Amino acid sequence: MIDGQPIISIRGLRKTYHVGEVDVHALRGVDLDVEPGEFVSVVGPSGSGKSTLFHIVGGLTPPTSGTISIGGRDLLGMSEAGRTELRKTSVGFVFQKYNLLPTLTARDNIEIARDIARKKGAKKNGPLDTEFVEVLKLLGIESRLDHKPRALSGGEQQRVAIARAIVNRPAILLADEPTGNLDTENSNAVLALLRDLNQRLGQTILMITHNPEAASYGHRLVRMRDGHIE
Amino acid sequence: MTNKLVFENLKHRPVRTLLGVVAISIQVTMVLALVGLSEGMLNDQASRARGVGADILIRPPGSAIIASGGQMLAKIIPAVIEKQPHVTVATGVLIFATDLFNYTTGLDLPIFDQLNRGFSFIQGGPFQGPDDVMVDELYASQHKLHVGDQTNINNHWWRVSGIYESGMLARVVVPLATLQNLTANSDKVSTIYVKVDNSANIAGVIADLSEKLKTYKVYSMEDYTSLFSPANVPMLTEFIWVVVSLGVLVGFLVVFLSMYTAVLERTREIGVLKALGASPGYILNILLRETVLLAIAGSILGILLSYVTRFVIHDLMHSLLIQAIVPQWWLAAAGIAIAGALLGALYPGLKAARQDAIEALAYD
Repeated sequence: MIDGQPIISIRGLRKTYHVGEVDVHALRGVDLDVEPGEFVSVVGPSGSGKSTLFHIVGGLTPPTSGTISIGGRDLLGMSEAGRTELRKTSVGFVFQKYNLLPTLTARDNIEIARDIARKKGAKKNGPLDTEFVEVLKLLGIESRLDHKPRALSGGEQQRVAIARAIVNRPAILLADEPTGNLDTENSNAVLALLRDLNQRLGQTILMITHNPEAASYGHRLVRMRDGHIE
Repeated sequence: MTNKLVFENLKHRPVRTLLGVVAISIQVTMVLALVGLSEGMLNDQASRARGVGADILIRPPGSAIIASGGQMLAKIIPAVIEKQPHVTVATGVLIFATDLFNYTTGLDLPIFDQLNRGFSFIQGGPFQGPDDVMVDELYASQHKLHVGDQTNINNHWWRVSGIYESGMLARVVVPLATLQNLTANSDKVSTIYVKVDNSANIAGVIADLSEKLKTYKVYSMEDYTSLFSPANVPMLTEFIWVVVSLGVLVGFLVVFLSMYTAVLERTREIGVLKALGASPGYILNILLRETVLLAIAGSILGILLSYVTRFVIHDLMHSLLIQAIVPQWWLAAAGIAIAGALLGALYPGLKAARQDAIEALAYD
C-alpha cells in the first residue's frame, strides 16, 4: 500500500450473476474510495447491491468488470488462491449471525483464525500479544473465552466474532449487519466497540446496515440503490 | 488447532461418531476373525500332526497338501516302507470326513502308539472293542461326552472308551478296521506315518522312499507342517480377499454416508472457515483427519472385538473352530479400514473443499 492512497479503491465496478438463463446485474458501475482508518457505513434497501459489494471487497467472489484494489492489490483477475490469501491476511469479517464455530470455545474460535493465517511451516500459535489482550478487555469478553457459543449471549457472541475478525490485524474490517440480530442495548454496545476499535487502533471499517442509527456511528455514509452509489 | 477442531467435531456428534467407529470396527473384526480362524485351524492341524511323533508322512498320489481326500493301499507298508533301512515303525490311518471341519480317523492303536508315547488320557483309556471311539477333550466338551457314553458318528453308534488331551492327530479316533469296513475302504489308508531310527537318517529315507514310491507324496514332518498356511488351502486366499474387499466396501459406504451428512450439516461452518481464509486443502485436511481418527478408533475397537469373538467361539460356544489372535494382521486390517474410510471421505471432502463460500454462508 502506498501512503496517502485509499485503502479501498473501486472504479466502475460491475457484477453480473447468471441465474438460469437470466442475467442479474447486482452492481452497475460502483465508484468508491475508502481512506485508511475510515469508518464507512453503507446503507440501502434490499437488492441494492450492498452484500455483493461486501462479498467482492472481501474477496469472496470476483467482480465481472471494473477495477478494485484493496491495500494496493488488484482484485480483478485475482485467482481463487489469491482471494483466499486476501481473506487470510487483509480482510476480517463480522456477520449478522455471528457465525462462530459451535464446537469450539470463544478462545478457540479466535485461535482458529490465527491458525488459518499462520504461514506454512511457521511454528504453532504462541500466546496472544498484550495489545490484543487489551482489545479483548475492551471487548469485555476476556472472562468468557472458555465458553462455547451456546453459553454466550448474542452480544457476547458478536464481540467474540469481532475479536476473531481483527486478531490477524486485517487492513479492513467488513461488518455485514453486525447488529441485525441484537437488541438495542447490545447493538449500541457493539457499535460503540466498533467505533472504539476504529478510533484507538485506526481500524478501517466498512459496515453494511439497514439501521440509520447504526449507520450514524460511521464517519461517512454511502447510500446504494439499484447497484449504484447514490 | 486443526486437531482440536477435528476432535471437537467428533465429540459434537457422539452418536454418529460412535456408529462410525463401531461400523469400521466390525469390518476390522470380520477380517481379523476370518484370518484368525484360518490360521487357528491350520495351526491346530499342524500341531496335531506334529503331536503324532512321526518323522515322515506319506500321502497318496494326486492328493492335496491340506485335505483328507485320497486313499492308497495299505499293503505298501509291509511291501515297501517297512523294508526300507532305518524305518522303525510305519502305520497307516484312514481319515473320513464327518462334516466340513471334522474328521473321523481310523488307526491301528498298538502300532500307532509306537510312534510316540501314545495318547495321554484324561478319562478312560484305549479301545476295548471294535465299536469304541476315543475323543479329545475339546470334542468331549463340545458334545458333552463322558467315558461309557454312546455317540453317533457317521451313522454308527460308538461307545466312548477314552478322552485324551488335545494335540494328538485327530479329535475323533476309532479302530482302523471298523472304519475301513464302514466306509467300504478295506485295506486302504489316507496317510502313512513313518518313524526313523535317527533324525540324521530322515533325509536319506525320504529320498529312497520317493524313488521307490514315485507318484506318492513323501514329506518330512517338519516340511509338511510348514505347509499349513492359507496359501496352500484351495480357495482360502481368494475367500479371504473377498471378505477383505467387502470390508473395504463397508468402510467406504459407512464413512461416505457419515461424512456426506457431516459436510451438509456443516455447510455454514465451512463457509465461515473459507471467509477466514481457509484454503480448500485446509478444509479437506480437516475432514480427512476426522476420517483417519474414526478409522484408527474403529481399528482399535476391531482388534479388541477379535478377542471377544475368540472368547465367544471358544468359551461360550465351545466350538471346535479355533480362532487365533493374529497381531501380524493388525496393521494390515487397520490399513484396509483407513484406506476404505479415506476413499469414502474423498468425495464429501472434495465437495466441502469446493463449496462456494457465499452459498455456504447463506446456508441455513
